[in-house]
Amino acid sequence: MKRLLVLGAGTAGTMIVNKLRRRLAATDWHITVVDRDDVHPYQPGYLFLPFGTYKPEQVSRSRHAFLPDGVDFVIGEVDRVDGAADLVTLTDGRTLAYDYLVIASGTSPRPDQTPGMLGSEWRRSIFDFFTFDGAQALASALKEFDHGRLVVHITDMPIKCPVAPLEFTFLADSWLRKRGIRDRVELVYVTPLPGAFTKPIASAHLGSMLDERKIHVESDFLVEHIDNEKKMLVSFDEREVPFDLLVTIPLNMGADFVARSGLGNELNYIPVDRHTLQSKQFANIFAVGDSSDIPTSKAGSVAHFSVEIFVDNFLQLIQGRPMTGAFDGHANCFIESGDHKGLLIDFNYDTEPLPGAYPLPLVGPMGLLKETRANHLGKLAFRWIYWNVLLPGRWMPLPAHMSMIGKKNPNRTENLIT
Amino acid sequence: MPVTTLDGHQIHVNDEGFLTDPNEWDDSLATVLAAQIGITLTDAHWKAIRFLRKDFEEQGETATLRRVATVGGVPIKELFALFPQKPAKKMAYISGLPKPQGCV
Repeated sequence: MKRLLVLGAGTAGTMIVNKLRRRLAATDWHITVVDRDDVHPYQPGYLFLPFGTYKPEQVSRSRHAFLPDGVDFVIGEVDRVDGAADLVTLTDGRTLAYDYLVIASGTSPRPDQTPGMLGSEWRRSIFDFFTFDGAQALASALKEFDHGRLVVHITDMPIKCPVAPLEFTFLADSWLRKRGIRDRVELVYVTPLPGAFTKPIASAHLGSMLDERKIHVESDFLVEHIDNEKKMLVSFDEREVPFDLLVTIPLNMGADFVARSGLGNELNYIPVDRHTLQSKQFANIFAVGDSSDIPTSKAGSVAHFSVEIFVDNFLQLIQGRPMTGAFDGHANCFIESGDHKGLLIDFNYDTEPLPGAYPLPLVGPMGLLKETRANHLGKLAFRWIYWNVLLPGRWMPLPAHMSMIGKKNPNRTENLIT
Repeated sequence: MPVTTLDGHQIHVNDEGFLTDPNEWDDSLATVLAAQIGITLTDAHWKAIRFLRKDFEEQGETATLRRVATVGGVPIKELFALFPQKPAKKMAYISGLPKPQGCV
């Protein structure tokens, strides 16, 4: 009996065990998945909690409800992985041996990594919304907020869902306008990047959307510490940004057990081959979802597209054949822009987000890199798709590889159809 | 890729002026590149540059500021003093390496 062990029953881990349980004979393969609890959060929904659009019960379900029969679910905290001995130890002393290990333990906000973030103002005037508790606390604070400086801040890249802070800013602007107090609030967007987003075309587009909404952008700002007394962000080059209400995305890091196991880089992300997600250290270890160091978005869509490639590769690997699938870094993200509109971006390792249509090239119905109502509806519909189609590993009519058909690069003149 | 000549060095660069072939780099070119962006290299600069070059050779990617600090031992605060405003970009430029991934 061969043993496949999966650490993490989030988006990537749940999809993998669902897909592989169907394709690995129960008589030959034992599949175990480990997580620290039985609560599966719908993380994209956290964005809507502060504005009261979603209720808390809409953003979580039981993890076990999405795991198929024939998969053992172990609740426990991972202490370490011994890659040389093919053994995982839990903090309560239990051990789990494996033939193949998939690490899908994600990434988490770490406010403890920035001096002063967890000081006296934490959850008083400093909030995050990448956690359920943070998003709920922010909802209460926003209700009380009626004037002053609202600062949205990113500590450092990479972060889970790099567009979420922009979305929060657009939604806050729209929400303040609806309450009739937008002119009493100064909105500031503070980023370590040189502009609104990492890639030039999307950055210019999103940057002008911030401009139109009179949102000031403080760029190239890398926070060194937060001064709780003066309520301001202080950067390494000694710039200061005061706030009345700070919505921050703390530094994001991979799981601590990755560091304890000697498997991670300086942010606890696991170095892997970017096309196969195979660990550079151990050939029988893979890192999927947010846990690896691949240079693309830490996002559910990346988990989804890369899992499709991983599953086929894994089946080849265990038959002793070379892995032929190559993940291209494909990601797509809805960007809520307020007033029941949204954008959609679609990109990969080599191609930045461009205007076009999705999922059907030229047809859509979703427009890429432009604000439409269809994109907003797509984002809302995605919650149902996530629970009912994506997690159970059902087939979705979206190709894992990005398509260039119908995409228009405003900077180039040649025909880009490939 | 445009080819340009800088102080006798013939190099291939991208549209932002970053070297596209790290092997065309050497110490004397670093001094010239630094001068292009108004930086005079001191031993402290060289410590960061040497780490960046070595790390790129081993990892195949340009180190982030956090990596230069935690692995290379040059604190971020110092990097901002040595390479003002945009240390990650400026260090990579002088070291003849690609701009660090913005990590979409």
